[in-house]
Amino acid sequence: MTGVGPYAAAATAAADRSAEPAAATRQGGRLFSANLRQNGIYIAFALIIVLFSILTGGDLLAPQNVSNLVVQNSYILILAIGMILIIIAGHIDLSAGSVVAVTGAVSAVLMVNNDVPWPLAILITLVCGGLIGAWQGYWIAYFGIPAFIVTLAGMLIFRALTLAVLGNQGIGPFPVEVSRIANGFMPTYLGNIGLGPLDGADLFTLLIGLLFVAGIVVTQWRTRAGRARYGQVVEPVGLFAAKLIVAGVVVMTVIVQLARFKNLPWVLVLLAALVLAYSLLTDRVVFGRHIYAIGGNLNAANLSGIKVKSVTFWLFVNMGVLAAIAGMVFAGRLNQAGPTAGTGFELDAIAAAFIGGAAVQGGVGRVTGAITGGLLMGVINNGMSLIGAPTEQVMLFKGLVLLAAVAFDVYTKRRAGAAAG
Amino acid sequence: MTDVVLQMREITKTFPGVTALKDVNLTVRRGEIHAICGENGAGKSTLMKVLSGVYPHGSYTGEISFDGQPCRFSGIRDSEHLGIVIIHQELALCPNLSIAENIFLGNERASAGVVDWNRTHAEAARLLERVGLRENPATLAMDLGVGKQQLVEIAKALSKRVRLLILDEPTAALNDEDSAHLLDLLRGLREQGITCVIISHKLNEIEAIADATTILRDGRTIETLDMKNDHVTEDRIISGMVGRDLEHRFPDHEPHIGEEVLRIEDWTVHSPTQHGRIVVSGANLSLRRGEIVGLAGLMGAGRTELAMSVFGRSYGIGISGRVYKDGREVHLKTVRDAIRHGIAYATEDRKRYGLNLIEDIKRNVSAAALGKLASGGWVHDNEEYRVADGYRASMNIKAPSVSAVTGKLSGGNQQKVVLSKWLFTDADVLILDEPTRGIDVGAKYEIYSIINQMADQGKAVLVISSELPELLGICDRVYAMSAGRITGQLTRAEATPERLMQYMTKVKEQ
Repeated sequence: MTGVGPYAAAATAAADRSAEPAAATRQGGRLFSANLRQNGIYIAFALIIVLFSILTGGDLLAPQNVSNLVVQNSYILILAIGMILIIIAGHIDLSAGSVVAVTGAVSAVLMVNNDVPWPLAILITLVCGGLIGAWQGYWIAYFGIPAFIVTLAGMLIFRALTLAVLGNQGIGPFPVEVSRIANGFMPTYLGNIGLGPLDGADLFTLLIGLLFVAGIVVTQWRTRAGRARYGQVVEPVGLFAAKLIVAGVVVMTVIVQLARFKNLPWVLVLLAALVLAYSLLTDRVVFGRHIYAIGGNLNAANLSGIKVKSVTFWLFVNMGVLAAIAGMVFAGRLNQAGPTAGTGFELDAIAAAFIGGAAVQGGVGRVTGAITGGLLMGVINNGMSLIGAPTEQVMLFKGLVLLAAVAFDVYTKRRAGAAAG
Repeated sequence: MTDVVLQMREITKTFPGVTALKDVNLTVRRGEIHAICGENGAGKSTLMKVLSGVYPHGSYTGEISFDGQPCRFSGIRDSEHLGIVIIHQELALCPNLSIAENIFLGNERASAGVVDWNRTHAEAARLLERVGLRENPATLAMDLGVGKQQLVEIAKALSKRVRLLILDEPTAALNDEDSAHLLDLLRGLREQGITCVIISHKLNEIEAIADATTILRDGRTIETLDMKNDHVTEDRIISGMVGRDLEHRFPDHEPHIGEEVLRIEDWTVHSPTQHGRIVVSGANLSLRRGEIVGLAGLMGAGRTELAMSVFGRSYGIGISGRVYKDGREVHLKTVRDAIRHGIAYATEDRKRYGLNLIEDIKRNVSAAALGKLASGGWVHDNEEYRVADGYRASMNIKAPSVSAVTGKLSGGNQQKVVLSKWLFTDADVLILDEPTRGIDVGAKYEIYSIINQMADQGKAVLVISSELPELLGICDRVYAMSAGRITGQLTRAEATPERLMQYMTKVKEQ
């Protein structure tokens, strides 16, 4: 495609120097440690689940509790998606909690006080979130103020706006359609399966689950086949199948438990759609790839013609919109927009991103990692409250987990650096 | 004056894969100004780092004796304790501290840990008087020009009771007036019995001030000249600096030169950090298809600044002049504009400005032209792999696969990734800034071959290099820059190291 041929001469000129000692064991070790660094979060998550399943005598994975886990953490997870993108680009957002509050308040004023039809009110609220993001993005990207400062200011400003909008009191209740997004479940269409170990599971939900798993298998298989067609090294069939089976079992376990309770929470559907869309964005879309380039080496990105300022600006706009979604979900869940809504949410979202494998210097991180990080904290919260642990113990444990996650990241990076040097 | 104050014997210093110094000898007599000359990369700065303890005893071989005592410095504090002070080219003042605070930084005038400000300011004022700087000691360093900052550095050295003062390119960033003042000051210090070692590219200054000159070349001592008795001229120093035969280190190349593809006219650039300083002044330059053109110059001549300012104004402010691409004037306001017009710039510092070291080869190769691999914003990652793998094969990038992280590659392989990245933008003008810096000899040959092939494809290549043999070995034509001006141009037939060095050290006529 591009001048490949003529360079062959240079290749042969020094091909004889290319013989490198093949240290298979070292290669293997490196592969393992690279995998550990990428997948450490999933292993940690599995361990935490096992731990709390034992401690709670299995209550953690009871149908109602699995459902609660998803619904209770949904808004943090939505924020974590936006946060991980910002952290990959080397920035931070401290204002997310306040933006959640102000957008929730705006939606409440529109729907409850002014009877704006709920679809229009949602749209207006999303636009508000985008404008808030644009405001912050302007100061960060084009004016050059560090995101830490701009969003610290935003944290105060948007909390103040929340109080002003709400007049210092809660507004509710929301139209039933809106609170259903946060609290509601898919209705039953096909009835219960009603037998054996699946007792009382909803058939439609199970079908959706199977469809979802089938979708994963097909896309993964096609990706693998595509890579193989291009002569890339792909993982052995055995490992590939094992991974898919594990993923399938995990998904179906969750689905079965949900099906046995009240079917799929609507907010899980929303969340799944967002995770899918943003995973594709970061992996396969030019914009997403530019985020990694900026976070990995800002200077190099600039000198490669990447529109650094524009990408940064839109990242914050995106964060504003996601915060608006989280704001409405949270307000819908409580069925009221309150002046203290969202307090500390930004810190949970930041913690989720870092536990999920984001690097402090930027350039590294995945949406699925942040989601897993958020769920991990959710499981800790939930599991510890099930065993009746006092709040201080929960906070202590969460703090230690966050520290350990980042320490692990720094440690593996240092080892990787030593191996290279 | 036969009293020897410093003796360095058979100093050898190696870095992984590179021998920076080989059996270097340096003898400095008490109370003299001793100049050290050599091309960039000849080993001058390394030698001074060995002397000052930046490279501790044990990391090199050879002996150092100061005042007849053998020295084994384990760090810079040890050498400063004996009165050996080095002033680096990049001044190390804290901009937000005052002159007095800077002078006594790490050496505070204090009793029981509490700073005595009266003593600090009084002593600072005395030191400033000694170096002829009329400034209030409370003035912040950032409010001083470079010349005055240099004087503060010297005052700082004097406060440490300096006996051997090492200055690395002290006048490189100074204007003529400040330079003259500095040289006068050095003469004054010589009167006071302070020995000076000065590294400089400005041969006229060396001729004017030095008592002796030691010439380094390729990490070896060539000779030490007694400036007073031998009537040494600039030409004599130049021949010592460059006198080497060009071995067969360069691939043969038959140029096929076509029409002009890039022309730069009257290009002037101001420094973004030093107010009012002109870094490139009225430069004219043209490149033709299939031509490899060199840009020679010593440190600080303005070569990188010229290249980066043309490349979408990625350096400098107050840029004026015209750029013509294929005969039509173009306005390259951003890096994207430059890339769109087929211009590529591969940086001299690939780790800081060229590569995303935590990403793999394929994502680095595609970084500057990801749009080519995408439709509707959607990246075809298999195509990306294929393209990157094609470059891996053709450029002979030694890595297990294009999914290998670039931070773990050797310098030569990293450079090939950078070149792949720019070739993938379909550029027809490639500006390569120090393309072989930090690369071992074998990989250099490969890079030269790649450059030749770029030219054979009808691309114009501008090579910025500090290594004269490299420029003479691969370029069809060489421009020389000095102090922001293009001082001359030589064809391959005309170019000799001596003539180039004359242009490179030529100072603007008054």
